[in-house]
Amino acid sequence: MSRRGRSRITAKRRAHASVFAALGDETRLSLVAKLCGGQPRSISQLTRGSRLTRQAITKHLRVLQNAGVVHSARTGRESRFAFNPEPMEEIKKYLDLVSERWDQALSRLKPFVEG
Amino acid sequence: MENRIEKRIELKAPVSRVWRALTDHREFGEWFRVNLDGPFVPGEISRGQITYPGYEHVKWQAVVQKMEPERLFSFTWHHSLDPDADISKEPTTLVEFRLEKVQAGTLLTLTESGFENLPGDLRLEAFRRNDGGWTEQMKNIESYVAQRP
Repeated sequence: MSRRGRSRITAKRRAHASVFAALGDETRLSLVAKLCGGQPRSISQLTRGSRLTRQAITKHLRVLQNAGVVHSARTGRESRFAFNPEPMEEIKKYLDLVSERWDQALSRLKPFVEG
Repeated sequence: MENRIEKRIELKAPVSRVWRALTDHREFGEWFRVNLDGPFVPGEISRGQITYPGYEHVKWQAVVQKMEPERLFSFTWHHSLDPDADISKEPTTLVEFRLEKVQAGTLLTLTESGFENLPGDLRLEAFRRNDGGWTEQMKNIESYVAQRP
């Protein structure tokens, strides 16, 4: 890998928090579930019906935002948050890739011990 | 979100044979396709060079965790793309091989967990290899999340 490629990766590593870590929390998962219908929602809408304070919801939204799972856009005085499926699709792809490699490795192990 | 891999495979070979194929570093290297520098020792770093075609530039680095004879073999490894990556500084996932005697021979269960430790950049590799058939297996992420709120 080139030096440039490597520094780009390092930069990306700083920029992106772990999507897995961001989603490893029940409150944040429920926020994602609310947003994945596609309709952007304000913090007030997301706080409604929740036992958490507006501040707590805001904090969780920031974590999701840093991981790229949600993004926000200002409309008037309010920020609205929307679901961004890309990082989760990428994570799913990565797990599939690792999973496929294990399938291949185990399919080599089988004739190795049975042969 | 499911962030763990689990595979189960039945092998028509005695547990002792499977144990050797997993824990003898030369045998492990043959089917896994890695050229290891030395034997696996719990608590120590295992180093080597991947021999899988197309990945020969990748170094193998793992920390052997448990070796419970004919029962459990585990190690942690990192997923960094950086050829100079140092496992003592990288986030890792845990790989576990569990062996169980069954009538046909051995039931081998492999799990890999701890993906939440990995940084976001691992997705770059998934993009680089975006040519595999696994893309078709990708589910609609929205319904995926909806089913597991």
